[in-house]
Amino acid sequence: MSTWFQRERKAIETPPEEERRVRTEGLWVKCDGCRATIWKKDLEQNNQVCPKCEHHFRLSAPKRLELLFDEGGWVEHDSELASSDPLGFVDTRPYTQRLRDAQEKLGMSDAILTVEGRLNGRSIVCCSMEFAFIGGSMGAVVGEKVTRAMELAAEKKIPLVIVSCSGGARMMEGVISLMQLAKVSAAAARLDECGVPFISVLTDPTTGGVTASYALLGDLNIAEPGALIGFAGPRVIEQTIRQKLPKGFQRAEFLIEHGFLDAIVHRRELKSYIANALDFFLS
Amino acid sequence: MAESKKSKHDRIERLEKDVNQLEPLAGSDPGAKKEIRRIRREITELRREMLDGPTAWQRTLLARHPQRPYMLDYVRLLFEGFSEIHGDRSFGDDAAIVCGMARFRGRAVMVVGHQKGRDTRENLTRNWGMPKPEGYRKALRAMKLAAKFHRPVITFVDTMGAYPGIDAEERGQAEAIARNLREMARLPVPIIVNITGEGGSGGALAIAVGDRVHMLENSIYSVISPEGCASILWRDASQADRAAEAMKITAADLYELGVIDEIVPEPPGGAHENPEETARELGRVIEHGLDEVTKLKAEELVERRYQKFRRMGHFFAG
Repeated sequence: MSTWFQRERKAIETPPEEERRVRTEGLWVKCDGCRATIWKKDLEQNNQVCPKCEHHFRLSAPKRLELLFDEGGWVEHDSELASSDPLGFVDTRPYTQRLRDAQEKLGMSDAILTVEGRLNGRSIVCCSMEFAFIGGSMGAVVGEKVTRAMELAAEKKIPLVIVSCSGGARMMEGVISLMQLAKVSAAAARLDECGVPFISVLTDPTTGGVTASYALLGDLNIAEPGALIGFAGPRVIEQTIRQKLPKGFQRAEFLIEHGFLDAIVHRRELKSYIANALDFFLS
Repeated sequence: MAESKKSKHDRIERLEKDVNQLEPLAGSDPGAKKEIRRIRREITELRREMLDGPTAWQRTLLARHPQRPYMLDYVRLLFEGFSEIHGDRSFGDDAAIVCGMARFRGRAVMVVGHQKGRDTRENLTRNWGMPKPEGYRKALRAMKLAAKFHRPVITFVDTMGAYPGIDAEERGQAEAIARNLREMARLPVPIIVNITGEGGSGGALAIAVGDRVHMLENSIYSVISPEGCASILWRDASQADRAAEAMKITAADLYELGVIDEIVPEPPGGAHENPEETARELGRVIEHGLDEVTKLKAEELVERRYQKFRRMGHFFAG
């Protein structure tokens, strides 16, 4: 072949495929409620609530505390409690490894924080659950920490607020997890007898063993809009009855309609709602 | 049903004979060698089973055996003058839970228990022993009635779990269970719990918070069914036998974990082989349990029950 039609000049250089894309990962999120694309910073400033449709995104346990407590922070209790893997459980990975990964990723020993601090000037004990820690599941540590929080509130006569966010009992601790339901409910009975207010806040999602114990035993049970709340998970129900579930089933709005919630409270108003309720109970 | 020891023994003998015959013939054929190794493994497995008794999965199948005695069988065999009380006073009467007044060896007691059906028709009425909220609320009503008149409560636990359905969720399945747990924790009369078949998670626990917790040898008690656990963790329900082993759901496991107080022996082959004998054994531990706790004052009793469940949980404390 002759060379006369070969191009002599170099082609305009284009960066390779992967460099050409503008990197937007981590900057934008799609809202599960309205499918709108939201700038992450906007979402963070709005306490993880979609500015367009008010869809409530999940909030991490420490962020929740920031939202509820006054400036000056809080004191953490029982942060040293950690799971001992009572069954020596191994599924596709050892449970101890799952625990270590979650602990390293989140800097928490288990799926809940117990703290004491001030909400609008009033001392409270608060438990805040972390869904990212093995689905916020309740094993011996969560059960023990909630029980201790109830005992602490009863002893100090200061109100208790528990913010739940959990898939239920932790399978990897088997029947020990199940027994936590009995343990925390017994502590709830004692707290009830002490005349100390207990406000339970149910956030998306609160299901299984957590709903079947402390999350629905508050003097007030309040939920965030759209939160999934139920005993059996939607998939289990669908498999059992072999039909599609109605729209909005097991959402906070469904529960309030059936009489199981005192109120649905927007995240923006959560702190003032709790403060008002505590004023009603105590002053 | 679990295989009997005799038939296992026969199988081992047969397999050993096979190996003995195969070995000289195998020579260096890798296929034959592999087969011999497989048979040897099977023999070891069978030998182990014979020593350990049934595996967790075999016990699960025994706990679910269609001929296994149910609550009303024990009522017939152990109680006198049983008179059922119905309804939760707010929605309906759930036949998956039976409550009633009865006499147990001279004592007036309240009996509460899950009841499965023997055939399809009865199972339709009893919803396969899976209660709905009204069932748990009826149980609580019966227990409070017992408390009002200072009568002990005896419960029989045998359910796959609380019913996971739309109507159950609408009427507050979780709330009903939570309330039972809280109220049972402070019920001022003795509660004797007997797990006689399947102890299926929250649906079982909702009538199982008591001063004494007994468990039949081949019954199971767990946070989720082995099938449910397997389908979540291994994404394969057929791994249920593995899950049953991993979750520690047998009476012996639970005794070791400190969750139950006593294992009640069953006749060889399981409770259904001889319901009368099973009931006799159960009757013995119930009476013993009642003797132990009825002498306590109400406050002591409730405090002891609180501490019993308060202690449950294994963790590192820093």
